[in-house]
Amino acid sequence: MTVHNLYIFDRNGKCLYYNEWNRKKQAGISKEEEYKLMYGMLFSIRSFVSKMSPLDSKEGFQSFQTSRYRLHYFETPSGLKFVMNTDLSVSNARDALQHIYSNLYVENIVKNPTCILGNSLDSDLFSTRLDTFIRALPYYNPRTT
Amino acid sequence: MVIFSVYVVNKAGGLIYQYDNYVPRAEAEKTFSYPLDLVLKHHDEKVVVSFGQRDGIKVGHAVLSINGIDVMGKSTADGKDILEYLKDPSNYPVSIRFGRARLSSNEKLMLASMFHSLFAIGSQLSPEPGSSGIEMLETDVFKLHCFQTLTGIKFIVLADPRQASIDALLRKIYEIYADFALKNPFYSLEMPIRCELFDQNLKSALEIAEKAGNFGAGS
Repeated sequence: MTVHNLYIFDRNGKCLYYNEWNRKKQAGISKEEEYKLMYGMLFSIRSFVSKMSPLDSKEGFQSFQTSRYRLHYFETPSGLKFVMNTDLSVSNARDALQHIYSNLYVENIVKNPTCILGNSLDSDLFSTRLDTFIRALPYYNPRTT
Repeated sequence: MVIFSVYVVNKAGGLIYQYDNYVPRAEAEKTFSYPLDLVLKHHDEKVVVSFGQRDGIKVGHAVLSINGIDVMGKSTADGKDILEYLKDPSNYPVSIRFGRARLSSNEKLMLASMFHSLFAIGSQLSPEPGSSGIEMLETDVFKLHCFQTLTGIKFIVLADPRQASIDALLRKIYEIYADFALKNPFYSLEMPIRCELFDQNLKSALEIAEKAGNFGAGS
């Protein structure tokens, strides 16, 4: 039961925000490269899913899991992408991502006149509130190891 | 509960087997008079709706047939460009059937290789050590399950999100592959699987999985 990390991308693929909580392994490449790789993977998954889908889909891609982690994906109609990696015991983190968007991003970034949309989210208030929110999640429980 | 399709990808990312078990028919046919009130455009060698969603015709649907005759890519059966054909008022009224374009075998090959790379990236971006690649990918209309064997072959099943025990099915398909493809003396490794017994057994395994969802011991 834990949250590994969170990425927020804008519609152009720029990583606006990244934070990690219980991450044991780095990708072995620089952070910039990692953001690009992550965005590229999501972009390809989206196109893969829309082609592969046997029916018309509304939401499209929602999550994937490997043997060790699960990636939750949430995209707003404006193209903002929220990506959270958790361990396998978290079956659905959509509500959390939706909350981060509507109650933290909109309230602290969109309504903040000093935040220019499309720039990295360096608002302290946003980071603190996000951190508090993630740490308060029922499935946030850093293992003691 | 349904299983949509099965893909087998070799260790190099090449598609060696594909079977569509169930293709949902999401099609709409309608007779139009001039001028056409939908906006159509060329996309990937097809003519698709880009604006004007109505009566079950959705944006992204491709033109499948005109006046009951199937079209070929972006031209009509007699070789005329569809967009040109639909611009001519003398061809109206015209009945057009729209639907989700079915994947061509080329597209299937491409998608299989694409998944092969996504699988590898999924494991590279893992925040935990020792992660495999993508084992299950979930969307609102289907779930993709993937099982990679120790030798690197991937079995991929696309199924309804509520379909249970796909893991057992994937292992059953592996067993069928081992029994009817690998043990077939005419089958060469890494090459497309063209074995009648493999086809038959796969089909019956899919039927069982759709009905009961388990294979029992030693089946």
